[in-house]
Amino acid sequence: MTIEVKNLVKKFGSFAALDGVDLKVDNGELVALLGPSGSGKTTLLRIIAGLDWPDSGEVTFNGADALAQGARERHVGFVFQHYALFRHMTVFENVAFGLRVQPRAVRKDEVAIRARVKELLDLVQLDWLADRYPSQLSGGQRQRIALARALAIEPRILLLDEPFGALDAKVRKELRKWLRSLHHEINVTSIFVTHDQEEALEVANRVVVMDKGKIEQIGSPDDVYDNPATAFVYGFIGESIVLPVEVANGAVSLGDRPLALAADGLSPGASKLFVRRHDMLVGPPGTGAFEGAVQHVRTFGPVQRAEVALFGGETIEIDAPRDRELRAGDRVGLEPRRYRIFAG
Amino acid sequence: MTMQLTETVRLSSSEAKARAHAETARRNLRTEPRAVRIAIISVAILFLSVFVVLPLVVVFAQAFSKGVLAYLAALSEPEALSAIRLTLLVAVISVGLNLIFGLVAAWAIAKFEFPGKTFLITLIDLPFSVSPVISGLVFVLLFGAQGYFGSWLREHDIQILFAVPGIALATTFVTFPFVARALIPLMQEQGTQEEEAAISLGASGLQTFFRVTLPNIKWGVLYGVLLCNARAMGEFGAVSVVSGHIRGETNTMPLLVEILYNEYQFVAAFAIASLLAMLALITLIAKTVLERHLDEGHDIRDH
Repeated sequence: MTIEVKNLVKKFGSFAALDGVDLKVDNGELVALLGPSGSGKTTLLRIIAGLDWPDSGEVTFNGADALAQGARERHVGFVFQHYALFRHMTVFENVAFGLRVQPRAVRKDEVAIRARVKELLDLVQLDWLADRYPSQLSGGQRQRIALARALAIEPRILLLDEPFGALDAKVRKELRKWLRSLHHEINVTSIFVTHDQEEALEVANRVVVMDKGKIEQIGSPDDVYDNPATAFVYGFIGESIVLPVEVANGAVSLGDRPLALAADGLSPGASKLFVRRHDMLVGPPGTGAFEGAVQHVRTFGPVQRAEVALFGGETIEIDAPRDRELRAGDRVGLEPRRYRIFAG
Repeated sequence: MTMQLTETVRLSSSEAKARAHAETARRNLRTEPRAVRIAIISVAILFLSVFVVLPLVVVFAQAFSKGVLAYLAALSEPEALSAIRLTLLVAVISVGLNLIFGLVAAWAIAKFEFPGKTFLITLIDLPFSVSPVISGLVFVLLFGAQGYFGSWLREHDIQILFAVPGIALATTFVTFPFVARALIPLMQEQGTQEEEAAISLGASGLQTFFRVTLPNIKWGVLYGVLLCNARAMGEFGAVSVVSGHIRGETNTMPLLVEILYNEYQFVAAFAIASLLAMLALITLIAKTVLERHLDEGHDIRDH
């Protein structure tokens, strides 16, 4: 099932939760909607599910208008952030719910329902919990039951809202791997919402970075990490060095120091230079765009993190491999291997 | 080696004892001296005995003062039977109506956002803050001979005042808040996620209501119905204004108690009163049981 969203706008009062969003998700993809809270990612997910309605814009499933259908007709599996398991039903009945409420004409008989529920509980490896109530389960177990319940209706699309948000770090890591392999197994088009970049980069085939109701970048996990398209993505994903630079007369300068960096296509004025810590290559003094003095050095396993006072007035932290030991007081040249300069 | 071991055990057990002592001492520090505690508890018990237990005992003592036979005879008087029948009928009507109104109001308030919501919540409490006599008078003003709808009702030969409809209306008005008030906080706390989950799984509106919403609030509904029923059967003020006190026709149990008492028929008055007192006791017990269920519901709430 391909999902296509065109120019979606949703306002809550004067606050624009979605401000013109376009997105296409291909059949069988596992896409992450990544962004800080208030970026509109959950609203987008709810609109795709039919739990919210846009003020304007289009949503199509395989080219057919989805907004013409209610949540009930869309056949979308939705896993809620807090699971929303039916608290008065056993695990078995929770998973069976979607099968039991089907119209009589298409409803499976009791034997078939039992077999299907058993199959789903096996899939999420929790068949031994069938007779328990949600309150008797751990967070990770509830999460998996919520997923089994959503899968029971053989959804055309699977949507997950912060699927690991309420779990502790260890369980979260296990479930991430598990979700990836599960997606591989059932291969249903899936979108999940997260504010955790590590989660998005590790689980998804494609990452959609959102901020303030707009999509900032769409790309593979490597792509968004290595080639952030906007200043926001640079700041939000991974840690970056941010330097206030000045663009004037086709040249870039830091403080009063001109930098040997290309200024092609940059608009003049105060700008920000973004570079990853590990993309600052250390060389002897006089090489590279920057020069500075090492203040102090700490080592973390394979990398050494050095604080460098740049000539031009900024102090930055860089990550360098340990093949060449740095010491406090060293003068070094620094060359940004990959960087972007954004106006503002 | 063994010696040493036992020594350690003994040491640790005496240590544990010492720790327990220290713990009690500390706890004692936090409470009042024994004399003060006894005084406070006695005052509380004495007060409750005089103001709550004693009246209850007196009701039953008076009711049975001429023996069980006189008691049963008083209850089987046609006038008494008619009052009991009317009270039950009015309770069924007003509880039924308030169950529906209460559910609808609580649903609207807990699950939707709309302008004027705060006002509606305040309005629900109105019957509690208004004197029941005024609640009754409102209906006299509306449906009485000189009232807004009085002439129209007379033309169409519809009797509301001094008849069952008036009594039911007044009772419904006075008891309106109970079900809604029991459900609003419960439904607000539960939110809408389970309903959303049900709908996304393909359930219709009715299926969602009967399979998800209602089971989640059933103890709250029962709690509201129970209190509503107790008040509906016991209501005096509002009913007194609209009833007209037609003997054997529009007297409810509380009204009949007053009439009989004023006529010095103490056994009969207290016999009816004892039924109302029993209703109160049963309500109290059922309320305790329901509150326990509601608390359990709190514990298993998963977020």
